Amino acid sequence: MRHLLDFQGWSRAQVESLLDTARVMREVLERPVKKVPALQGFTVATVFFEPSTRTRISFELAARRMSADVVSFAAATSSLQKGESYKDTLLTLEAMGVDAYVIRADAAGVPHQATRWVKGAIINGGDGRRAHPTQALLDAYTLLEALGGLEGKKVAIVGDILHSRVARSNAELLSLLGAEVVCAGPPSLLPQALPGARLTPSLEEALEEADAVMVLRLQKERMEAGLIHLEDYIARYQVTAKRLKRAKPQAPLLHPGPMNRDVELEGTLADSERSLVNRQVQNGVAVRMAVLYHLLVGREGA
Amino acid sequence: MRFKAELMNAEEMRRALHRIAHEIVEANKGVEGLALIGIHTRGIPLAERLARYLREFEGKEVPVGTLDITLYRDDLTEIGVRPKVRETRIPFDLTGKAVVLVDDVLYTGRTARAALDALMDLGRPRRIYLAVLVDRGHRELPIRADFVGKNVPTAKNEVVKVKVLEVDGEDRVELWEKEEA
Repeated sequence: MRHLLDFQGWSRAQVESLLDTARVMREVLERPVKKVPALQGFTVATVFFEPSTRTRISFELAARRMSADVVSFAAATSSLQKGESYKDTLLTLEAMGVDAYVIRADAAGVPHQATRWVKGAIINGGDGRRAHPTQALLDAYTLLEALGGLEGKKVAIVGDILHSRVARSNAELLSLLGAEVVCAGPPSLLPQALPGARLTPSLEEALEEADAVMVLRLQKERMEAGLIHLEDYIARYQVTAKRLKRAKPQAPLLHPGPMNRDVELEGTLADSERSLVNRQVQNGVAVRMAVLYHLLVGREGA
Repeated sequence: MRFKAELMNAEEMRRALHRIAHEIVEANKGVEGLALIGIHTRGIPLAERLARYLREFEGKEVPVGTLDITLYRDDLTEIGVRPKVRETRIPFDLTGKAVVLVDDVLYTGRTARAALDALMDLGRPRRIYLAVLVDRGHRELPIRADFVGKNVPTAKNEVVKVKVLEVDGEDRVELWEKEEA
């Protein structure tokens, strides 16, 4: 594995090996000195053509915890404003000696393109509606911690599935790890098909006997297009304590953030013991440390 | 690789570890404030055995931890196959303790250096000893062991293989020779 773009071509063993490494990184983050010298001498660039807070900071912390140097590129304050292309931006960074690029883009496929432009490792930090592999990895890791295993477990993903790269990557990854993935949302927010997942307009059906529930952000910016009415959505699709009773007792709740409280998820649930939202954020750093280690150090063993 | 000789059999290994355990007690004037840390992979069962002998001799438990030094290796940038990172588990406070690092073979000294760096990040031991079953020489760093089971002068093209019951199903130390490429 030279790049992390999505999970096409990944084996279950490769994913499990990476998550094993993440487990060790989690332990590093609990030490008095939360830093190891493994990536000393490497330079990691976060190249965010689209704004983000948690993914960018999470990657930067992950790289620093591994002793890599970090440079940060944000479109709003860059030469992109002067008309520079994505390609030239990356070539400039390459000339400065960057070894790995974490790329976030509003257009699908930019990280794939980037593998043709520069020699370093490319990590997809989220591209359009297509993929957000490290989010899926940290979700899978968090679910493994909470459930002990994923084989045969039912995971409900609820909300705006159509526009969600998180749903897409999670369906791909969780099904690879043996989980049954059921995605629910209003018909106008469901795609035709989603590899690795079953789609349903029925929230109740998705929640029924679910071992875990992942709630997605309702992307308010898309509502103006008339895809849904907010009040209707809240009335029929908000995950509430009452609706959650259909899921298995104590089934954990996940949300990739940022969260619209009392829109897609009842606010009190977000703060309840069932919520793993903060744990997801903590695990995000460990998982990204593991990704950087796997991409930058040596080649995969037999 | 070509098998050359048996360097230690199970009985010789047991005697060497017994002796090391006695030397640790002697050096530390007992086992008070002592902790053992085994370096992955074969250092761990060796540390556990030393702890068992110390309990037999002194009637006291000595805590045992495990240490993986992969993330502290100084050759990660030039390595071929990516090494698997394993768990470090030290379920006690290192600060103020006399720690005995335990490994199977001492060779270049780079593993010991990495282990020292890792330990310093985990706490502040009062002092650190190094115990190894076999010292085969060829140091690349100014590091020496405090407790040695057997000193074995080797050639650079030779390999010392320590086998332990817990990992390999038998206790035995072997000398092998790398064939010419």
